[in-house]
Amino acid sequence: MNSKKSRTEGNDLPNDSPIEEHVQPNESKVKVKIDTTDTRPANGTADAILPTASSMTSNLEQEIINMIVSAYGNMIEVVYVRPSRMKIRVPPQDIVRVATFIKENFSFDHAESVAGTDYPKENQIEIVYHLSSYTDENIVPKILALSSRVNRDEPRIPSLINVFKSVEYHERETYEMVGVYFEGHPRMERFLLPEDWADIPPLRKDFRIKGR
Amino acid sequence: MTDFQEKVDETIKMGLEIVKETEEDRLMTLSVGPQHPGSGHFRFTVKVDGDYIVYCDPDPGYVHRGEEKMSEYRNFIQNIPHLERPVIHDSNNITYSYSLAVEELVNIEVPRRGQFIRAIASELNRQVYTLYWLAIYGIFLGHSTMFMWPTGDRELFIDLLEALTGARVTHAFNIPGGVRNDMPEGFKERCLRQIAYFEKRLVEYEDIFYNNPLFRQRTEGVGTLRKEDAISLGVTGSVVRASGVPFDVRKAEPYDIYNEIDFQVQYMKSGDSFARSMIPFLDMRESCHILRQLLDKIPQAGEVRAKLQPNPKGPAGESYKRVESARGALGYYIISDGSPKPYRVKISVGSFRNMLALPFLLVGSKLGDMPSIYWSLNYWPVEADR
Repeated sequence: MNSKKSRTEGNDLPNDSPIEEHVQPNESKVKVKIDTTDTRPANGTADAILPTASSMTSNLEQEIINMIVSAYGNMIEVVYVRPSRMKIRVPPQDIVRVATFIKENFSFDHAESVAGTDYPKENQIEIVYHLSSYTDENIVPKILALSSRVNRDEPRIPSLINVFKSVEYHERETYEMVGVYFEGHPRMERFLLPEDWADIPPLRKDFRIKGR
Repeated sequence: MTDFQEKVDETIKMGLEIVKETEEDRLMTLSVGPQHPGSGHFRFTVKVDGDYIVYCDPDPGYVHRGEEKMSEYRNFIQNIPHLERPVIHDSNNITYSYSLAVEELVNIEVPRRGQFIRAIASELNRQVYTLYWLAIYGIFLGHSTMFMWPTGDRELFIDLLEALTGARVTHAFNIPGGVRNDMPEGFKERCLRQIAYFEKRLVEYEDIFYNNPLFRQRTEGVGTLRKEDAISLGVTGSVVRASGVPFDVRKAEPYDIYNEIDFQVQYMKSGDSFARSMIPFLDMRESCHILRQLLDKIPQAGEVRAKLQPNPKGPAGESYKRVESARGALGYYIISDGSPKPYRVKISVGSFRNMLALPFLLVGSKLGDMPSIYWSLNYWPVEADR
């Protein structure tokens, strides 16, 4: 991690606050198996000069995550870093800021999917944006999962439509299927379900298919 | 005094009010679909001002089946037959990325021969889907021959797939760990014979359809999607490749044995309907090339699937895998909580992503160009609705 060291040298902030990796209990086994690299943050700020993503070749995933963590610090929760796949979790109110940072620095330019998952036991709903790139050939095979957890009773999260235009229909689908309201989205309306749908969002876990 | 002024005076004398036509009065709202033969099971409303479309609002969902919810009630193996329903012409590709994702979760390795057979089935299915799409594109641009020819030639590949999998369209062939059964006797020779015939046919397709001046007039320069718009809209498959982005999952992130295969990513830079209709055609040609290599390199004997537990399950975790289907990247995001049933299955399909380009391209173009733009998006409504 030479590049990490060189970035920290020019910075006089203390480097003694490793981010505690908070991992979901049900994901811990996967993490133990795959995470082999150090996910401690390199210290720095978002304004520090960042090497472009194309100039890095070895373990690009870890570099990307390190840069995001160094820019935003404790706010970012690294869920896993695997070959070609990364997942981070951010608080809902900061998701637009982080998404803009990711788009501007690593040429992740579109979202492949937006998935909402209901966790009734934890009273939370998780929204995952799978971000990918068409422009930078080093990033093209990688998928960065940007996730956030909202309260299940009042699921509201700022929309990423101004950062990634490609999320427009995905967010609308997530709204009707899981019931998460995306603030700032121009049309939070019914999309795939019948016009007279009068039940709870069907992908909530307490919605049961009739007869099952 | 003109006749017009006399009429105005007369109207006022009769006590009637003269109302000037507003912009709203000029607009006419048309509903296209869901029963319209030109849209598939999909409806969109357009507002036209004279000949030009000024507003378009897609309304999908007529064939929404709730595949994602259904998946939560069945185990990893039971899910295969219903997950292929959204696009039965391309069922080997829609179950491909599902199998890849489950393999990562359950932690199984696919035997080498199984990987080859999977890829062969996937490429054959790509031909089947693309030929079906080409037939529809032909008939909606008024070219009946282009409906008949691909529909007929499609049977060749359906026959091959029937010999391979036992079913004509709904194969349920890919399973986590490999494929359901081995290739039949003499399949390789039969396949090579059909490919040789089909490549000759492709030349004829080009002559009668793609070089047809009427077809070119209706597609060239129509519905142009610029590269930067294609990227920001996040469209995929033939649509993004027609706009100058050489993105193909088989090349970008090779799965199974695709890193051993030599092929070119087909892309064009013009971004119009012609390019979008040309890319699947070029893909078919490239697919023949890939099939030849696959049949050449396949190991002579060996297992075609890994042994599975009766009710396979892995540790809790999640997986996102994608393959290149005939409509672009097709990704599965599967979360497992450690039980034999997935906790959540999210299917990210090319059709759903390409739908975003429909209002973008239709607004500002002529109503008469609607079929050539709509079908060039390689949009399959059933897949988009899931």
